[in-house]
This record gives sequence, structure tokens and C-alpha cells, in this order.
Amino acid sequence: MNLLLDGIAWILDPANWTGVGSIPERIAQHLAISATVLVISALIALPIGTLVGHTGRGKELVVTVSGGLRALPTLGLLTLLALWLGIGLQAPIIALVVLALPPLLAGAYSGLESVDRRTVDAARAMGMREGQIIGKVEVPLGMPIIVGGIRSATLQIIATATLAAYIADDGLGRFIFAGLKTRDYAEMLGGSILVILLALAIDGLFAIIQRLVVPAGVRATRTRELRSRPPRPRAVVGRPITEGNPE
Amino acid sequence: MIEFRGVTKQFPDGTVAVAGVDIVVPPRKTTVFVGSSGSGKTTLLRMINRMVDPTAGQVLIDGTDVATLEPVGLRRGIGYVMQNSGLLPHRKVIDNVATVPLLRGEKKAVAHARALELLDTVGLDRSLADKYPSQLSGGQQQRVGVARGLAVDPNILLMDEPFGAVDPIVRAELQQELLRLQGELGKTVVFVTHDIDEAFLLGDQVVIMQHGGQISQAASPAEILANPADDFVADFVGANRGKRALHLTEVDGRRIVVDDDGRPAGVLAS
Repeated sequence: MNLLLDGIAWILDPANWTGVGSIPERIAQHLAISATVLVISALIALPIGTLVGHTGRGKELVVTVSGGLRALPTLGLLTLLALWLGIGLQAPIIALVVLALPPLLAGAYSGLESVDRRTVDAARAMGMREGQIIGKVEVPLGMPIIVGGIRSATLQIIATATLAAYIADDGLGRFIFAGLKTRDYAEMLGGSILVILLALAIDGLFAIIQRLVVPAGVRATRTRELRSRPPRPRAVVGRPITEGNPE
Repeated sequence: MIEFRGVTKQFPDGTVAVAGVDIVVPPRKTTVFVGSSGSGKTTLLRMINRMVDPTAGQVLIDGTDVATLEPVGLRRGIGYVMQNSGLLPHRKVIDNVATVPLLRGEKKAVAHARALELLDTVGLDRSLADKYPSQLSGGQQQRVGVARGLAVDPNILLMDEPFGAVDPIVRAELQQELLRLQGELGKTVVFVTHDIDEAFLLGDQVVIMQHGGQISQAASPAEILANPADDFVADFVGANRGKRALHLTEVDGRRIVVDDDGRPAGVLAS
């Protein structure tokens, strides 16, 4: 508990809020890295995920590849890339992009997939081009799920961007690594708390955005819509599982 | 006029949905394809606007093979009404009705003005224009679907079980409405249903399909009842039984029409 108070005291110490390597500067760096990573990974993943969701083709490949990417340990990948690319921001940015791709891909293709096939069929039968079906029907209707993917990717990026400080003088991770080296646990904990707060704040922001992008006509019946219910009733609700426990 | 010439559709998995169909759909009349599920009736309908391409044979509209036409342009010129209306849930009623004119590059004001007129045409109050589809009843949604199908004033209107998902009272209402509309507009309507009563009510020509995608009989309802082509048709339309096997009995000097079960169906007008 004392350590936690020390950490908070470190954050509140005005000396840490000015000068080179101050808290605001580190937060700005952290956000800049995260934003860069998000933009790069979104530019790669959203078009691919959209195409997969629209055509229904290549889903297995994408699931396999993104499952593989998910399994890569980011720290290991970062070390490997750093040995190859040297000190600097390239290695952490690439490692973080790899981390962010799976949730973005999944969000994009499941967002488009979630749109009622009959609606898509009607749009096509009316004479919409494939691009118009994507842009005017599938993306607007799938937007909450697509944004959900972006939200989850962003949370992971912000939390993991601390690792950038492992090989570059950047981001909130600096406090953690510096504190570790100098056994200044107050600084280490203070840095960690800042990362947590930043992640929560950005996640909260995305939660709001996610609500805002629900299309108006859909919001009206969201609770009545069949598809938004879980596919199978949850066994534990109101009725305990009796398996292996015969009455 | 729409003409099917030796049209066959075999899906990649080997299923034959339509097998060698020859049929002419006359202009400005209603042709109803009727059959049980798996009879290929929807596949036939979807070949007209190239939602499905035949594996053999030709579909011609006014003598032009649709295979030579660009699908998007073709579809924008043909009205399409489907089951469950197929409305875009995130767009207001008026935008749904105006979708195709806007796709064709019409000005928004013009398209919206026309959309409001179409709401009148299909018997909907203009106050519904700013609602979303989910705020309407099933019958109202279906009317919006019809209005959308009519938005570009197409010569051909394709209707794929449009009244299949509404309750019987609303269905009867919509059927009467379609008869009225067809009387006023005189479109070439191609209608798909599995309900033989609906087919007889709406169709100038009724095409009875059997499993495997073959036509059993294509004729007017009266001809089919008078002269069913085979046992399948006779059985399908129920010509020999139930409420279609009517006969006369005399009660208190008046001639009463009763059905096969002896239930009175009406009085014979003299």
C-alpha cells in the first residue's frame, strides 16, 4: 500500500511535470507511438478485413494468420526486430502493428459478416455495385463491431507501447524501465499507473464512439433484434447445470 | 415480354434448380410462378435481373438476351420486391424508396418528391416518410418495399414471395392493393409464391412448377382448374377435393354451393 502511495506521490510531484522527459512529454510520445501504430495497422487490416467480410472468401486464411500473429510474443518479436533494425522506433512500431492486426481484422470481417444477408441481397438486386454495397450498407451497419475491433486494438497498443522504451527513449515505458534500473519503485509504479489511466481514458472514449456509430434505425430495435442475442441460451442463468449431479 | 428459352440452372454442388424451362411471360400481365420449395421458382425469377445466371439457355427481355446486358444497369431498371421487404434498416422510409433513383444520379429533391407520391400510391401516410423501417408494422414495411420497387417506374416488377411473412389479414389486404395497383399501372409482374390461392387470385397466367425445376402447367387459373395437365397439378391445386370441389344442393328452393366437406360456400346467383 505504501508503494502505491509512493507511486501516486511521484505522479503528483510537480518536479516530474516539467523539463526533459516530463510526464506530459512522455504521455505525448506514448500517444504519438500508439496513433502511428493504429493508423498503419488500420490501413493494412481494415481493407483486408472488409474484403474478407464482404466476399466471405479467405476467412480461414485470415483467421489462421491472425491466430498465428496473436500467438507471437511481442517482447520476443521486439528483441528480434531490434537486433535486425537497431535502436529506435522502427522495431517497436512493427512489433506493435503485428499485435494490432488480429483484433482489427476480426472487427472488420465480423462487422461486415454481421449484416443480414437478405439486406445485402436486396441492395444488390436493386442495382448497387459491390463497392456501394460495402460503403452504403455493410460498413454503416457493421460499424459498431468494426469500431469494437479498433477499440480492442487501441487498448492493446497503449498497454504494450510501454515496450517501446525497451529499445528507444520514448513513451511512458521509460519511467518503468528507468525505475527498474535505479530501483526507484515509486517512479516505476507511477509510470505504470499513468499507462493504466491513459488506457482506460482512451478505452472510455472509444466506448462512447462505439455507441455513437450505431445507425439510427438500428438503435430503435436493438434489444428486440434476434441476432444481437447470444446464439445459445446461457445455461447458468437461473438454472444451474445439472450435469454429473442427477436429481 | 420476358422469354425463357431452354433455361437450366445447375449449381456447383450438382443441384439442378431449373431444368430446361421454356415459358413466355406476357407484357402488362401478372405471371405467378407457384410451387413448393425446391421447385426453382425463385431461381427463375432471379434470372430475369441476373441475380442468377443460367448454366444453359437464354432469358430474353423484349428480344434482348439479358446475358449481354450489364447486371447493375439491368437491375436498376427492374423493380424488385422481396420477402421481409429487404429495406435498409439504417435509412428512413423516404430514403429507402428513393434509393434506386439516387443511384441513377437523380437529384435528391426530385427523388424525394417522387418517393412521397409513391407512398400515396401504395396507400401509406406521408408522415411515415421520416420513420425507420423498424418503426413500421410488417404490412407497412412491405408496402414501402413495393413503393421502392416502383420508384424508377420500371416496366417489369419482380416480386419474390412478397407477402409470405405477414399475417393472413394483412396479406389479403396487400393482395387487394396489388390488384388495384396492377389495374392502374399495368406492369409486367412476375410473382413467386408457394400459395396456390394467392397464385389464382393474382395471376393472369399461373405457372405451376414441380420439384426439380420443371414446369407442369402454365395457363390461366380457370384453364388449370378446368383442365389440369396431370395428377400433380390436379393434386397441387386441389381440384378434386376440399374447397375447390364444389357442388350444388337445394335448400328451401334456393341453390346452395357446398364444398367437398358439405360446408356451404355460397349461394348460386341466378
